[in-house]
Amino acid sequence: MLKVHDIDVYYGDMQALRNVTLDVKKGEITTVIGSNGSGKSTLLRAISGILRPKTGSIQFNDKEITRTPSSGIVEGGISHVPEGRQLFPTMTVLENLEMGAQFSHMQKSAKKTMQEVFTFFPRLKERLSQKAGTLSGGEQQMVAMGRGLMSRPRLMMLDEPSLGLSPLLVSTIFEIIKQINESGTSILLIEQNVFQSLKISNHGYVLENGTIAHQGSSDQLLGNPHIRKTYLGL
Amino acid sequence: MDSALALQLLIQGILLGGVYGLIALGLSLIFGVMGVINFAHGQIMVMGMYASYWIFVLLGIDPYVSLVAVAAIIFVLGYAIQYLVVNRILDYPEAMQVLPLVSTGLILENIALLLWGPDHRSPQTALGLDSIWMGPVMVDTSRVIAFSLAILITGLIFLFLKKTTMGKRIRAASDNRTGAVLVGINVDRINNFSFGLGAATTAAAGCLLVPIMPISPYIAHDFTTAAFIVVILGGMGNLPGAMAGGLVLGVAESLSTLVLPATLKQVVSFTLLIIIILFRPQGLFGGKK
Repeated sequence: MLKVHDIDVYYGDMQALRNVTLDVKKGEITTVIGSNGSGKSTLLRAISGILRPKTGSIQFNDKEITRTPSSGIVEGGISHVPEGRQLFPTMTVLENLEMGAQFSHMQKSAKKTMQEVFTFFPRLKERLSQKAGTLSGGEQQMVAMGRGLMSRPRLMMLDEPSLGLSPLLVSTIFEIIKQINESGTSILLIEQNVFQSLKISNHGYVLENGTIAHQGSSDQLLGNPHIRKTYLGL
Repeated sequence: MDSALALQLLIQGILLGGVYGLIALGLSLIFGVMGVINFAHGQIMVMGMYASYWIFVLLGIDPYVSLVAVAAIIFVLGYAIQYLVVNRILDYPEAMQVLPLVSTGLILENIALLLWGPDHRSPQTALGLDSIWMGPVMVDTSRVIAFSLAILITGLIFLFLKKTTMGKRIRAASDNRTGAVLVGINVDRINNFSFGLGAATTAAAGCLLVPIMPISPYIAHDFTTAAFIVVILGGMGNLPGAMAGGLVLGVAESLSTLVLPATLKQVVSFTLLIIIILFRPQGLFGGKK
C-alpha cells in the first residue's frame, strides 16, 4: 500500500537518505531497524511531508503523495506517531485525543474511535482530564499512539515507541501494536529494539548510513548472521 | 498620605490595568503560537482606536457599540500582516524578527499620521464625562465600563480557546508545533488566524480606551512597551499571566503618582521590568521559554 521509491533526502547540504526504496504491504507490520543517525526518523518525516525528498517518489494506495502537504497525508490515511511523542503537554488527555481527529470524517466517528482507543489503552480512560505533560513516559506513549489512532489511519507509522520505557512496558506496547495491526491497520514500525520488533513484524529493512543495507522477511533477518552480530550481539 | 486618594488611585489602577491586560493578552497569544514578539502591537491598537474614532465621528456610533466591527476590521489587518510579513520571518533568529515588525509598526504609525495628523483627538462620547461613586471614591464611568468589558472579552477568548475546535488547534500549535503539523493541523492557517485574533484583541482594548484618553499616532509605542512589559511580568505566552500582569502594571503606575510626578510613570514600568528580569525572568506566573 505504501511504496517509497528511490528517494534522496537532504538536511541542507547533508544527505540523510540515499536511494531508499521500501514497500509496506497491506495488513502487515513492516519494521525498519537501524542505529542512531541511520536515517530512520528522516524516512518517516519524508513520508509525512515534513521533509521533501529531492528525488524519488512516494505512493500511497497508488496515489502520488511525494509533494502532498502533511495535513493531506493525514487526511489520506497515514498517521505518524513521532519520536519523542510530541504531545500537547498543557492540554488534557481528552483534548490530545480529540486533536488526533482533524478532518470531518474523523470527527464524525470520533466518539466511536475513542472507545476503540480505550480497548487498547484502558489506562487512558482514567486519565482523560489530566494534562498530558503530567503523565508518566509510558502513559504519554499511550496518548501519542491513541492520538495517532484517532485519525482512523490505514497506515500507522510508529517512531521508536519503546524508547525510554521499562522492559515490562516495552512488551505491553509491542503487544498492543500487534493488536492494532490485527484490527486492520497496517504498521510501519521504526525501532532500535531489534529483536522484539522483528518478532512481531512480517517484513524488515535495515537502514545503515542512510541506505537500505538489508531487507527480507523478519524471520530471514533474525537469521542473518550480520544482523545477529551487529544488532543482536549474538 | 491621604488614604482616600490612595484608594482612588488603587481602583483607577485596577480599572486601567484590566485594559493593559487585554492588550497584553493579544501580544502573549501571538507569542505563544509563533514565538514572535509583535513590535507593532501598540500601533495596531492605535489603528483600532482611529477606526473606532472614525466610526464615531462619521456615523455617530459609540465606541462600545462599534467594538465588534473594529475588532473585525483589525483582525483582517492582523491576518494580512501575518500573511505578508510574519510568515516570511518565522524561521529566522529572534533578533532578525525584530526589524520587520518594528518597521511594520513605523509604517502603521505613519499611515495614521497621514490620515489623521499628529494632533491629539478626544471624541466626546456619551459616557465620556460621567462618573460614579463607589463608596468613598469617585471613578469615571468609562473606566468602569472599559474594565468590565476587558474582563468579559478576556473571558470570551478563554472560552473560545478552551471549547472550540479552532481554539484547541491554536492551543495545540502553541503547545507543540511539530505535534500540530503531524496530526494534520494546517499550522500556517493557525498562524494567520492567531495573529488576526491577537490584533483584534488589542484593537478591542483600543476601543475601550477611546473615551478615556486622547488618541494620537505617537501613543502607540508607549503601549507596545507597556504590553511587552506586562507579558514579561506575567510570563511569556502565559495568557492568564498577561491579565494579572496588566493589573500589576496598572496599579503600580497609578499608585506611583502618589510619590512621583505623573510624567515619570514609565520609570515605574521599566523599574518593574528590570526587577522581574533580574529576579524572576520566567515571569511572575511562569511561561514558555
